[in-house]
Amino acid sequence: MPAADLDSFSLLLVYSAMAVYTLAFIAYAVDVARRSAVRSVPAAARELVGAGGPTSATGPDPSAPLAPALPGRGARIGFTLTVLAWVLHLGGALLRGLAAGRVPWANMYEFALTGVAVIVGVFVLSRLWKDLNFLGVFMTGIAVVFLGTATVNYYVAPTPLPPALQTYWLVIHVFVATLATGLMGLGTGLSVLQLIKERRDNGFLRSLPTPVQLEDLAYRVGVIGFIFWTFTLIAGAIWAEHAWGRYWGWDTKEVWTFVIWVIYAGYIHARATRGWRGSRSAWLQIIGFTAIIFNFTIVNQFFTGLHAYSGL
Amino acid sequence: MSPSSSAGPGPERAPSDAAASDDAASFNDTASSNDPMRPDDHVDAPAPAPRSGSGPKLGPLGWFRFFWRQLTSMRTAIVLLLLLAVGAIPGSLVPQRSSDPNGVLQVRAENPDLVWLYDALSLHEVYSSPWFSAIYILLFTSLVGCVIPRLAHHWKAMRAKPPRTPARLSRLVGFQTVPGDASDLDRAERSLRKLGYRTARYGDSVSAERGYLRETGNLLFHIALLAMILVVGLGSGFGYSGQRLIVEGRSFANTLSSYDTFDSGQWFDGASLPAFSVQLDDLEVVYETENPNAIGAPLDFTAHLSVTEDGAARGEQIKVNEPLAIDNADLYLISNGYAPRISVRDAEGTVVYDEYTPFLAQDDLMTSLGVMKLPGGLDEQLGLRGFFYPTAGQLDTGAFTSVYPDLAYPLLSLQAFTGDLGLDAGVPRSVYALETDEMTQIAGGDSGTDALTLELGQTAEIPGGLGTITFEDVRRYGVIEVHVDYTQIAVFWIAMTIVVSLLGSLLIPRRRLWVKAAGGRLELAGLARGEDPALERAVDELAKRLGGDGERRASEGDAAADAVNPVGPGRRE
Repeated sequence: MPAADLDSFSLLLVYSAMAVYTLAFIAYAVDVARRSAVRSVPAAARELVGAGGPTSATGPDPSAPLAPALPGRGARIGFTLTVLAWVLHLGGALLRGLAAGRVPWANMYEFALTGVAVIVGVFVLSRLWKDLNFLGVFMTGIAVVFLGTATVNYYVAPTPLPPALQTYWLVIHVFVATLATGLMGLGTGLSVLQLIKERRDNGFLRSLPTPVQLEDLAYRVGVIGFIFWTFTLIAGAIWAEHAWGRYWGWDTKEVWTFVIWVIYAGYIHARATRGWRGSRSAWLQIIGFTAIIFNFTIVNQFFTGLHAYSGL
Repeated sequence: MSPSSSAGPGPERAPSDAAASDDAASFNDTASSNDPMRPDDHVDAPAPAPRSGSGPKLGPLGWFRFFWRQLTSMRTAIVLLLLLAVGAIPGSLVPQRSSDPNGVLQVRAENPDLVWLYDALSLHEVYSSPWFSAIYILLFTSLVGCVIPRLAHHWKAMRAKPPRTPARLSRLVGFQTVPGDASDLDRAERSLRKLGYRTARYGDSVSAERGYLRETGNLLFHIALLAMILVVGLGSGFGYSGQRLIVEGRSFANTLSSYDTFDSGQWFDGASLPAFSVQLDDLEVVYETENPNAIGAPLDFTAHLSVTEDGAARGEQIKVNEPLAIDNADLYLISNGYAPRISVRDAEGTVVYDEYTPFLAQDDLMTSLGVMKLPGGLDEQLGLRGFFYPTAGQLDTGAFTSVYPDLAYPLLSLQAFTGDLGLDAGVPRSVYALETDEMTQIAGGDSGTDALTLELGQTAEIPGGLGTITFEDVRRYGVIEVHVDYTQIAVFWIAMTIVVSLLGSLLIPRRRLWVKAAGGRLELAGLARGEDPALERAVDELAKRLGGDGERRASEGDAAADAVNPVGPGRRE
């Protein structure tokens, strides 16, 4: 199949993935709304829900009309849709790679395509470890917004790699960067929820883990992200030494990679400091991830530097 | 301080009932004296004593200790880290002399009113500026102040036995009991050793500790960071980098005078330049010709070189990601362009100028700009400035542009100026810029005469009867950077150390487990030193090994365990 056709199929899959992510987002949002509804029924009714839960699995239970038949059914639908969208999304990324004849992360559109796939992938696969469905609204929302933005603003037809990118370091350095971004994104989602939960604890928020539990999870995910980021930084330096003749030159992108690394180092120290643990450290993780997004969008497009390729 | 997975039962939670005073003592024992020595405000450190209204007066030594304590505290480290992050940002906003010297000149030319500010704040050299240096020197001082005592402490801890068993295990994480008595302690100790714990017996109990590598990794990581700064700071003082533009067929010798630009560290010794010379035989560029979205995009650059070293010549090549190593120097191909050969004859037909002149590429399609200066030979000083198009095309406006970066239809379009080139004033002038203030334009622009447009091999008259100009030939040139950096290897290994030690310090759990025979059963419990989400599971597993589904009692340990294993399915509401 000609490369151009592969690329249009890739785009088709990406659009489909965006549509299904949107459906997943709606399912999660409905679930959130229902959870809020559950909390608003009187305590007696809540007792009933608890008792009626198992029976209502076989059919609607008229005794608990306000409560969802199965707590979290919306979340389960949301998760299934997310997995479906993710598979479409991966297919889109794969075809894009085939169309270009290389890894699909060599320009901003492709980096966003693969990066969001990794973010969602981390979320989907974390299911094997923990049920993080309460993050569904956040993760599918991010997926729709990021994919949409990237497709509208950054899309370019596949072009061959410029000589500077023709090296296995592209595979290593950039992919690890997307992994780090994905993990830090998940950690940031948890940190945001932690902060919200600390401030208010009503409606669906009551179905979430405690702020401390959220903080612990956010930290564990963020730390893995930090390790990958460290690796990104070092792999980038090795590559820079091969391509540009120095391992570190304070290029704008290098500066921002360093800034993000230092912010996360601050986050990890804050976690271990009395008076900084809790919401202050959560803010640091959020600031760190914001810096990553800033680095990808604003720094790439508006700052002059050596990390400029392929039009976008 | 929010409750946390790793917050051990510090003394602030010491039991208040008087009967348990020995308890409190043993808690203090485990929680502080056997701790890795940490800054006062570390979450694992004991809570600060409530401040009394009027403290004792501090002497000079007291003040010093006070400031030292402040500097080495975690809080200060965080603030310095954040300052470092914020301080690094201006360097990405304002062009830096090290990475973008042309940008520096441009910004200063465009904002003459702000030049004093750029200089006052060292905004063009942020990363060597006094204020940026101050931040990282403070940060690393704080780091040293933190690492050294911990190093000593860890050294002792590594050789010490695990700490005494606390009197009351029921306050610790994962507390449970399994059937057994003191005779099972040998078995427990063996199990723990098999699991990688270091063990010690205290009466009817086994105390075990593992994960010393966590602190080792932590210390190694920070020491490696220090080493990185020192190696980069000192090592780069001996290195140098120089750039040289070479037209195909030409060569250059590795001597100071043959470089176009040269930067060296403060301890660089000019005599240490390795003796070699390099000739650029051919610069081969491959362009995309099929993909309609990328026609003309460069796919490959290869510089074919003849390297002469110790009298022997050999063929070598440089590609974009493949530098060439000669002696201790690395050679990179960092840019390329076209150098048309232009000759000028005077009115009598005598050749007065015949050179390859490098033109600088202005866009991806290699529209290139160049300047030639002829101070002598003709009746007047002559300056030529114009564009070279490797494959010329014409816009609707009639202006030329390059439509393809390779040489398909090369064309020169030159403006000519006569008058004072300004070369005699003793002021250094860029070879790539023409000062036309004191000159009169005689071809192109508003001069009333067309620009001199030359295809390859064509000759044109220079207006005013000055002579003729010929486009003789065109070759490519490459800019070769020669770089010597003695720090590379060391920095690489330090970076590897950083990665490995970081993995150790963040992922290896440091934990203590205790097994105690009491009341006809074995009591088990654990204590985390630092982040340890799996502590409770570790106690459970040990209980299983000791033969029993440990009988759990609701205890303070459970409350802590909730924080440890948060969102297990089913645990949520």
